[in-house]
Amino acid sequence: MPNQRIYFDHSSTTNIHPDVLETYIELLKTHYANSESLYDEGSEIARMMEKARASIAGLLGIHNDEVLFTGSSSESNSLAIKGVAFTNLNKKHIITTQVEHSSILNACEQLQRVFGYEITYLPVNQFGVVSLEDLKAALREDTMLVSIMHVNNEVGTVNPIKQIAEYVKTKSHAYFHVDMTQSIGKIPVDLTNIDLASISAHKIEGLKGSAILIKKKHVPMEPLINGGEQEYGLRGGTSNAVVNMVFAKTLRLALENETTHYQYVQSLHDYFMDKLNDIPGIEFNTNEFSIPHIINFSYEPIPSEVMQNALNQRGFLVSARSTCDSKSINPSHVLKAMGFSDKRASSCIRLSISHENTLAEIDAFIDSLKEIIQLYGE
Amino acid sequence: MGNKYDTILIRYGELSTKGKNRKDFIKRLELNLKNALRNYPNLTYQRTFDRIYIKLTDENPDELKEIISKVFGISSFSFTEKVKSDLDVIKEACLNYAKSMNEPKTFKVITRRHDKSFPLNSDGINRAVASDILKNTNHKVDVHHPDFSIQIEVREEDTYITSEKIPGAGGYPTGINGKVLLLLSGGIDSPVAAYELMKRGLEVEAIHYASPPYTSENAKQKVLDLASLISVYQGSMRVNVVNFTDLQLEIYKAVGDSYAITIMRRMMFRIAERYAKAHNCLAIATGESIGQVASQTLESMSVINEVINIPVIRPLVCMDKLEIINLAKKINTYELSILPFEDCCTIFDPKNPVTKPKSDKCYELEERFDYESLIEQCMQNIDNIVVYSKEKKESFL
Repeated sequence: MPNQRIYFDHSSTTNIHPDVLETYIELLKTHYANSESLYDEGSEIARMMEKARASIAGLLGIHNDEVLFTGSSSESNSLAIKGVAFTNLNKKHIITTQVEHSSILNACEQLQRVFGYEITYLPVNQFGVVSLEDLKAALREDTMLVSIMHVNNEVGTVNPIKQIAEYVKTKSHAYFHVDMTQSIGKIPVDLTNIDLASISAHKIEGLKGSAILIKKKHVPMEPLINGGEQEYGLRGGTSNAVVNMVFAKTLRLALENETTHYQYVQSLHDYFMDKLNDIPGIEFNTNEFSIPHIINFSYEPIPSEVMQNALNQRGFLVSARSTCDSKSINPSHVLKAMGFSDKRASSCIRLSISHENTLAEIDAFIDSLKEIIQLYGE
Repeated sequence: MGNKYDTILIRYGELSTKGKNRKDFIKRLELNLKNALRNYPNLTYQRTFDRIYIKLTDENPDELKEIISKVFGISSFSFTEKVKSDLDVIKEACLNYAKSMNEPKTFKVITRRHDKSFPLNSDGINRAVASDILKNTNHKVDVHHPDFSIQIEVREEDTYITSEKIPGAGGYPTGINGKVLLLLSGGIDSPVAAYELMKRGLEVEAIHYASPPYTSENAKQKVLDLASLISVYQGSMRVNVVNFTDLQLEIYKAVGDSYAITIMRRMMFRIAERYAKAHNCLAIATGESIGQVASQTLESMSVINEVINIPVIRPLVCMDKLEIINLAKKINTYELSILPFEDCCTIFDPKNPVTKPKSDKCYELEERFDYESLIEQCMQNIDNIVVYSKEKKESFL
């Protein structure tokens, strides 16, 4: 393994913020009691966790009891889809998109396969964006839920969530869920007219195994994990109290630094694009609808896996597609949905940058990329 | 096993070898045992003409049993408990052992009395111990075909009580018959070939051809993990990873689709031969089996084999795929072998590989590029990695 390891995979996960880590370790040493216990130590932990919940709610402009702690965005997504679907078996239609994360797609597929639901998968245009018109056409009387991601995890494109939310809220009886895993802390989120939203900590310098599902009060829900009264009876199991506590600090730091980080990442992105543009044969799968944090490109002569291996050898950590699908051998479903060829969708590389990256790292990457193309790019 | 065993008795049975060979055999077996048991530093070893004794301190006998039963060259082994030469103590120890066997079974007591001053003779001890067991358990005596037997050896100070014979792995101590270089891919066959070679007393060193970046670090790690799984049979294994990329790319450029695999195998054999001769390997070995893939027809084997002058051992050559799979399952390599990683044979997977390659054609194609210097480059680019049967525990565990 080369000594220099340069990380361009921040959409996969991030390093833990030192302040979050410090607080976590301190709390972990002493705060081991069960938050449901009635003695002082338990009540103290419950009180601190509720403080954290309130702080999160405050940061997002929602009520305290609209924040449910979960173990991952995948869990939040599964709970949003199935937890809502199970409350009314007379409305068996769900709308989502072709480019969602596997946790959404597989939850929907399961509802279809096991429970006979009907799923409409909205297409995206060449930029990877969902159209409001397609949604309007797909909405039905028996549509129970609409689930659309805010920012796509592979190509970073932003969907017109505000317009969609407004339409779903005013023109239908469906609930609206938004997967905000890739948008929170990067671009502003607005929960107006949104019924459910998923947010993960580890994408914003927080802990793994830590996420929330935002569920507005009026939304009915059945639990998927049965247990005690934790999380308003919607997610059983002893609360991972300390982890939940530091979610608040994680989110606060991410939101406080959002604008500064965005500007810096934008400048890195522009620099990166300039350099990549000079290399013949590079085609961009990201576009003007993408957030600057993600650059997705294809160099068709070199398949994703080979490019990743070659970059890994030289000390660069990148993904090809969603990390959750990295073991799959199929071409990216997102790029396919955007109308790209198999070849292009099988040779994509996703660079995801953050405020921790530098111009020097980009230069080093460009040098190595040119070398790889020369060696293996017949 | 509930008893307080303090010695393991290793038998190598009736050897056909005599004289110096026999000595070498026993020495090698002891070395292999020490290697296999190297995570138990407090064991002490004693070698005699027909036994190896391993003295235990507080090791877990079940763990040791698992490891020893995989060491080739052992016909059987037993655990022994040392007690005071006192009839009551002997009876109690034997009863405990009998109770550790699922009832009801048949048993037999065999006593050898070296200390002739002991108050009872051999037969008397047999009867005393057996009647105690009959009284206190549901076991029955069967002197002809017992389910288990208890051996008692009475000496002046101490008495040795020996448990059931546990069958060993048989074969020859690995390494006694020399060293071979095995072409190890990430597939099902070559680890099984390694097992078969080791069973016949051959020490196996491996050579693996990697084509980064077309093959990943994970693919290489998989090969090392497979090597680690089979090295339980010889303690450790050296894996030589050859960086094959440049040569492979040249082959595909120079010879085209249909002959690519044939020429590639010829190059692999050439490299293996050179490495083997330079490192005291008397033969090279492969996991090939007749007819399995295009490069394993008799015609292919013949033109691939013709470029080298060293014996090639193919332990699986006449086995069915299913037999190989069953063996792979037995030696625990199957699950790992079937994990999907690209290897250098599948990555350029030609559409129409030739099944009956012609020798003249091969030489003609090889004229087209300077493979000699590329082979030399490969020889300079070999990464030697030694893997052990069980890696030390990670510090975070």
